[in-house]
Amino acid sequence: MEFSKLFAIIIGTIFINNFVIVRFLGLCPYVGVSKKLDSALGMGMAVIFVMTMASTITWLIYNFLLHPDTSIFGVDLTFLRTITFILSIAVLVQFVEMVIQKTAPALYKALGIYLPLITTNCAVLGVSILNINEQYNFLESLVNGISAGIGFTLVLLLMAGIRQRLEFANVPKSLKGMPIAFLVAGCMALAFLGFSGLKI
Amino acid sequence: MKAFGELTKGIIKENPVFVMALGLCPLLATSTSVNNAIGMGAAATFVLLCSNIIISLIKNFIPDKIRIPCYILVIASFVTIVDMVMNAYSPDMHKNLGIFIPLIVVNCIILGRAEAFAGKHSVGKSILDAIGMGIGFTLAIIIIAVIREILGNGTILEIPILPTSYKPMIVAILPPGAFFTIGLLMGLINMLRNKKQKPGV
Repeated sequence: MEFSKLFAIIIGTIFINNFVIVRFLGLCPYVGVSKKLDSALGMGMAVIFVMTMASTITWLIYNFLLHPDTSIFGVDLTFLRTITFILSIAVLVQFVEMVIQKTAPALYKALGIYLPLITTNCAVLGVSILNINEQYNFLESLVNGISAGIGFTLVLLLMAGIRQRLEFANVPKSLKGMPIAFLVAGCMALAFLGFSGLKI
Repeated sequence: MKAFGELTKGIIKENPVFVMALGLCPLLATSTSVNNAIGMGAAATFVLLCSNIIISLIKNFIPDKIRIPCYILVIASFVTIVDMVMNAYSPDMHKNLGIFIPLIVVNCIILGRAEAFAGKHSVGKSILDAIGMGIGFTLAIIIIAVIREILGNGTILEIPILPTSYKPMIVAILPPGAFFTIGLLMGLINMLRNKKQKPGV
């Protein structure tokens, strides 16, 4: 096992190709749930959890059911990729929600309202498809899923911190709300461009 | 007249992007050039139109509790069709748009229209609604792409329109440019709306 490759995936997915800022995935929750720090943290944790589960499960589905060379059917079903992935993510989110509700009510209270939102978070489907496109093996997909979630949480928290301060700032009337959030995101994107010089 | 209203409301009054802030991910990611923007807008409009038709046809057979998974299945089928057709007939565009073609499935505009409109209205109205919303989305993505391509490359549809002495602002086609463009555009729209309201108040 090459640890250098895993390390490159971790740094690459969290900083260089950050899912939100550089790849533009998961912008809706990024703009929608970043008004308060604690709700941003709850959303971030839920996304890390679901992304990790989703990237392992979709990898298993793709390689054991859909891919012609490795599947148990031996038939090329790769055209069903989009449908099976979105369905399995929807089922997974529902299942996780039920399990957490039964086993850890405190966690459920913290994550509760954010879980259903995650099904339509394009970052989750995005990480599953990227794992397949990059031809990652099982461990790499798992690591990529966790890193993508961490990268998402990182920028969500940064954004929430900034927006809490913006509440008290003297923003021009027309820029209040969404427009200033996008301008702040633009500045963050400029900062993250600095990482693109990193070579691993 | 009423039908005309269904058609035009998506373009300006209820524009999915500028007014409702839906479908932001593909909007920012694929607006690096006008070419990509047109491809993305056409693909999303096609999926929106087909899924609206099918959903308004089968809305009476779907149990209310599982309607969202059913909608997603219908949408995902059409996205797969678009994916395969694009791969066959314009592989370059398919490569440029990359993972944002399968990601049309989770575009909130499409699921949003299915839930808010097609699941409650007749086929005819749903078709008009889908066309209007599709045009609204395509228009928004093209506006952003035009701004970014002129600033970042000095061209529209790869035809140079600025004098050669113009030094392209590369940042406009990089990710920060997308955020700045949409932020300033939304601010501009807010400003115009505030001005319009003032005389009445």
